Amino acid sequence: MVKMRGITKAFYGIKANDCVDFDLKGGEVHALLGENGAGKSTLMSVLCGLYHPDEGTIEVEGQRVEFRSPRDAISKGIGIVHQHFMLVPSLTVWENMILGSKDLPVVIDESAICDKIKDLSQRYGIDVDPKAPIWTLSIGEQQRVAILRMLYHEAKILILDEPTSVLTPQEIERLFSTIKHMKEEGYGIVFISHKLKEVFEISDRITVLRRGKVVGSLNAREATKEMLAEMMVGSSDTGEVQRARKESATKSKPVLMAEDLVVRNDKGLIAVDGVSFTLREGQIFGIAGVSGNGQGELAEALAGMRSIESGRLYFVTEDVTSASARHMVDLGVKYVPADRKGVGLVPNMNVAENVALRKYWHPPYSKGFFIDWDEVHKHSKSLVESYEILTPGLDVPVRMLSGGNQQKLILARELSDNLKLLIAMQPTWGLDVRATAFVREKLMSARAGGAAVLLISEDLDELLALSDELAVIYRGKIMGIIEGPGTGDIERIGLMMAGISANS
Amino acid sequence: MELIVPILAAAVRSGTPILYATLGEIITEKSGVLNLGLEGVMLIGAFTGFIVSYNTGSSFYGLAVAFLVGILVNLIHAFLCISLKANQVICGLAMTMFGTGISSLLGRGYVGETIEGINVLALPGLSSIPLVGPVLFSQDVMVYLSYIMVFVVWFLIFKTKFGLMIRAVGDSPLSAEAAGISVSTVRYAATLLGGGFVSLGGAYMSVAYSHMWVDLMTAGRGWIAVALVIFAIWHPFRAALGSYLFGGVEALQMRIQAGGTTIPAPLLMMLPYVLTIAVLVIISISKGKGRLLGAPGALGLPFYREERE
Amino acid sequence: MRMKIEKRFYITKWQETFIILASIVLAFFSGAVVLHFLGVSPLEAYGMMIKGSLSDFYGISETVAKTIPLVMCSLAVALSFTMVIWNIGAEGQFVLGALACTALVRCMHIDNPLIMLGAMGIVAAIAGGLWGGFAGFLRAKWNVNEIITTLMMNYIAILLLQYFVYGSWRDPTSLGFPMTPLFPEGARLPQFFGTRIHAGIFFALVLVVVIWVVVRKGIWGYEIRVSGQNPKAADYAGIRSARNIMLVMFMSGAIAGLAGMAEMAGLHRRLQPGFAVGYGYTAIIIAWLARLHPVTIIFVSFLFGALFVGGENLQIAMRLPLSSVQILQGLILFFLLGGEFFRNYRISLTFKKR
Repeated sequence: MVKMRGITKAFYGIKANDCVDFDLKGGEVHALLGENGAGKSTLMSVLCGLYHPDEGTIEVEGQRVEFRSPRDAISKGIGIVHQHFMLVPSLTVWENMILGSKDLPVVIDESAICDKIKDLSQRYGIDVDPKAPIWTLSIGEQQRVAILRMLYHEAKILILDEPTSVLTPQEIERLFSTIKHMKEEGYGIVFISHKLKEVFEISDRITVLRRGKVVGSLNAREATKEMLAEMMVGSSDTGEVQRARKESATKSKPVLMAEDLVVRNDKGLIAVDGVSFTLREGQIFGIAGVSGNGQGELAEALAGMRSIESGRLYFVTEDVTSASARHMVDLGVKYVPADRKGVGLVPNMNVAENVALRKYWHPPYSKGFFIDWDEVHKHSKSLVESYEILTPGLDVPVRMLSGGNQQKLILARELSDNLKLLIAMQPTWGLDVRATAFVREKLMSARAGGAAVLLISEDLDELLALSDELAVIYRGKIMGIIEGPGTGDIERIGLMMAGISANS
Repeated sequence: MELIVPILAAAVRSGTPILYATLGEIITEKSGVLNLGLEGVMLIGAFTGFIVSYNTGSSFYGLAVAFLVGILVNLIHAFLCISLKANQVICGLAMTMFGTGISSLLGRGYVGETIEGINVLALPGLSSIPLVGPVLFSQDVMVYLSYIMVFVVWFLIFKTKFGLMIRAVGDSPLSAEAAGISVSTVRYAATLLGGGFVSLGGAYMSVAYSHMWVDLMTAGRGWIAVALVIFAIWHPFRAALGSYLFGGVEALQMRIQAGGTTIPAPLLMMLPYVLTIAVLVIISISKGKGRLLGAPGALGLPFYREERE
Repeated sequence: MRMKIEKRFYITKWQETFIILASIVLAFFSGAVVLHFLGVSPLEAYGMMIKGSLSDFYGISETVAKTIPLVMCSLAVALSFTMVIWNIGAEGQFVLGALACTALVRCMHIDNPLIMLGAMGIVAAIAGGLWGGFAGFLRAKWNVNEIITTLMMNYIAILLLQYFVYGSWRDPTSLGFPMTPLFPEGARLPQFFGTRIHAGIFFALVLVVVIWVVVRKGIWGYEIRVSGQNPKAADYAGIRSARNIMLVMFMSGAIAGLAGMAEMAGLHRRLQPGFAVGYGYTAIIIAWLARLHPVTIIFVSFLFGALFVGGENLQIAMRLPLSSVQILQGLILFFLLGGEFFRNYRISLTFKKR
């Protein structure tokens, strides 16, 4: 159905795609496997008309095509569900569906469109409410809208970009069965992922990308996980996290105690709904859950960045319910936020200025009304060395650092002194294997050093391997806490992630 | 009662130039482009309307050309802000300076000159309805047109495919682009169309309201329009409400002055500006936290195609 | 042939300077075109402007005299812009400063000029600071757009000026002209070398140093820089944004108010309706052009001071209204904005073989 030959696309001189060949047959699921940053999304962005390739050709159904905009791609039957959905929040489901449709009459006929949507909805078993505004929908619902939109525009080629990162295990099951259904109906499906397990489960063919180049393309039946891992990163380390948990019989001292915390989100709705737990010294406490269930708000509340509406929070013996972010930092509560560039760092400022970000009000960084930049530089230099952060210099704006190095910088800063509690939110998201291993190692050494660690992640494998205790959060409530979690608990965890509590 | 009717009628007249400008800016801002140069564009429109009417003797030409000139002038803003991704706040300020300067320079020989302009055209039958008649239907043609325009703009934005594209582009340009819509094209169209309306508002001042050219005659109305867009929560109906509210204050203030009062003129003239601040504060307090529904999510932010992250 | 637009990773100082100079040159060129179409000879006009501002000692001294309020207002604006708070109200804060020190002069007389002038400076700064701080308060508390509020307050300030000057503050001996009585000797800043360059120049220079040090090396300076670059990171750093917004607007207004006092005590020595000539608005262009750098502001202010003096000469010699200078200012800003694009992006033309 689709043939891509010699696709090359560069950004600022770095080749995201380097002479890539890719094809798709009707009635198959072809997976695009690769690490974060390998070029998978770029390739598909070229296919769906969002990017122009610098070189290379595309053929659809045997005909050479050149897409000048996504509209051309859509008209050729190519549909894509992006990682970030690309839905307009303030518009309704039906308005998003028809966005970009050709042959739309000047005056829009709302009811006709809604009827058509309901039809499609029934036919494919994908449930959506046409009149709901997007911003009111959950992430899972939004994904369903995005998928239905492809079908509305009569796409024959469906591209799914990392669709499972926002789903519970049960929803993933549902998605896979939908994909199989589509495959049987003759659709061609491109499944982009960096998760070996899933790719293995669902695909017929697998193409592996590494650093923008195609490493190999094979039938799923002929591949083993080790082969794929080798192709993805050049080592047969499958990236599966080794069990690294401490077994200990006695409970250590509590560091942070949360009692019935209630926290609101930016829209004023309740995001954390009566959460209680205890974080102890030398322990990693994990929180699993699909993103958008209150984790972000919880993390911010614990770090002092968001006000706690009711409930109490205790740091050792001190009541820190209304403590400020600065006070929490002074107490030794450090926070690695999920949004590296948006919250954790100031991208336009240099390394030294970013290192100072969470300590500048203290001596030796501060001297009276001024900041002692010499001290900051000294300290930054030693941090850069000990954490092996690759940077052209201390005066370089941090936006020029790679994602991995940016994360290292944040870790270096947060872990560098007086660490009593580390709140790590999605710390390995978007990082390559080496950087991910580095981060995990740092988490474990923090634990070894006696700190309490709160690990909030969407990567279940990571949580299972690292956590001494694992809680699952759903709609702001803790569904259950598992001590010493293992792979045998996956089913239970999945149910909890979907809202079915451990006790029911 | 006797006093209220003429004041209300004056309120409608006074509010009309602001209404045109506000409607224009709503269209522009809904697409995500912030145009703060309204004062400059209105002045250019006022002068254009005046000079064309003066030279051709036809108010219609004056207004029509002013509309076209407004479109042209906003082309500068559109090009700088959309294609060249310039800082929209500064660009708007530059436009204000430029428009103020050029209208003053061009108008220097015409200060105080008058034109025929357009006059009140009472609608037969409708204008005899008590209270509503003289207030709403004893106005000039441009006022009647503005009533229609409120509905037209509403319909355009909320019921047509163009409006859908504008709203999408203003709220989430990345999503719109991915759906196949050209963000630049839509924003250009919205900005240019908006410019026409704004300029028309300015032209109303010289052609219909005062029938003459006075330097800096808009006296900050362009800025009041910017504030009104926020007050209107980007909705044409509320824009009308806000505009007439301002017209009312303006009319009231003039009536008090004319009535021979001890309150010194400068203090009275402060009222519209004070009211603008008050109105903004009220709307900001009441909408407070949470999504300001109607506020375009990407307002004032330049859109970069092909930019990762 | 295809045009490719790529974001730049870095830009050399030479390239940056070239872009800025090119923008200014293009602005003047297009200004010439505009003048030509208006029946004014651009050569004559520009010539007049240079003659008036830069050709002789008197002209240069006038330019320097104008540079003083421009530097101070630009510093005020640059301070708030560092936090990405748009203080468009420097004009009004400037006026408030003038009003406040005039009020003081009317109320009391202290023999010691140093104390008198000091007191005038303080009330002017407080008045300007409150005028700006109010807008800052509205922004901090209720997120009210400061562009509009500061602008509205400019209009109110000018009306306030008219109210006083036409009203109770009018000099009874001035034959009906709206102006206040002259400031007494003890309330004047001295002028130098027989020119109108006044001691306010020291305020300006000191402020340049102070602002540079505070923003670059001060704790508060760091905080407002972080807040301006990334408000969410500022929360993360525990920076109290609301407090800083109000403080920055207050300080910004205070500096502009002080500028007003210097202009009054050093130059005019009496309040008149035409006091506000647009320094507050020009300051915005200067601050932006100088990329908020205090030392650069000095040079750019000089350039715009020359523009103002030249414009005045145009008014006298060729009877063009002062607003013509505004056209040039607008054009310069347009071209600078356009030039920004080339600062961030590189255009390459590729010839593609089919």
